[in-house]
Amino acid sequence: MNSIIGVTFLVIGLLFNLLGCIGLIRLPDVYNRLQAATKCVTMGTCMVLLGVVVMSGFGAGIHTSLKALLCMSFILVTAPTAAHAIGQGAHAAGIKLWDKSVVDRYAEDHESEIDKKEPVA
Amino acid sequence: MAFLSNPVVFGLLALGFIACGGMCFYRIGRGPTAPDRAVAIDILGIIVVCFAALFSLKTGNGFYIDIGIAWAILSFIGSIALAKHLEGKGFDE
Repeated sequence: MNSIIGVTFLVIGLLFNLLGCIGLIRLPDVYNRLQAATKCVTMGTCMVLLGVVVMSGFGAGIHTSLKALLCMSFILVTAPTAAHAIGQGAHAAGIKLWDKSVVDRYAEDHESEIDKKEPVA
Repeated sequence: MAFLSNPVVFGLLALGFIACGGMCFYRIGRGPTAPDRAVAIDILGIIVVCFAALFSLKTGNGFYIDIGIAWAILSFIGSIALAKHLEGKGFDE
């Protein structure tokens, strides 16, 4: 029974990973690719590690389960942080948005901050 | 672990993760700008953790999860360093 639930979690995680990587290929822009790939791959990897937890169990394989939980919490914290840093770096490097993108809130906020700061200084 | 001893199930799962890695390698090679490659390297680092988890289940050894934790930490530090480099700053700013 545990192995059926565990393999189900593994298959769900694999599907999320595949959809994220297809988004990494098919989407037109750095920011869209970042959006699709990071969310889906984080969710998929957490599902795979949850499958490891279910299949190892909390009996004899409790060391593997606890390490998988640790790895899952670590990935949940670090992957969005790294994606945010890369997106900010791409925006600072001057990468243009896609032609059909409608709004760029980060640039608007950045300009307003600069406008507020300059008269003070 | 009864299902993963079946070579067809394990082969299909491993083939799916290999396809994910192949798509990341496509974006690393093809990507028009440097942040595209940085994103693909970040995603490839997370998919390697999936591989470590799958091999941990296949072989029954717990230390593959240790490899996954170490790989996640190193991938995170590498992604932060790449982002700082893209932003045009030094590593201590």
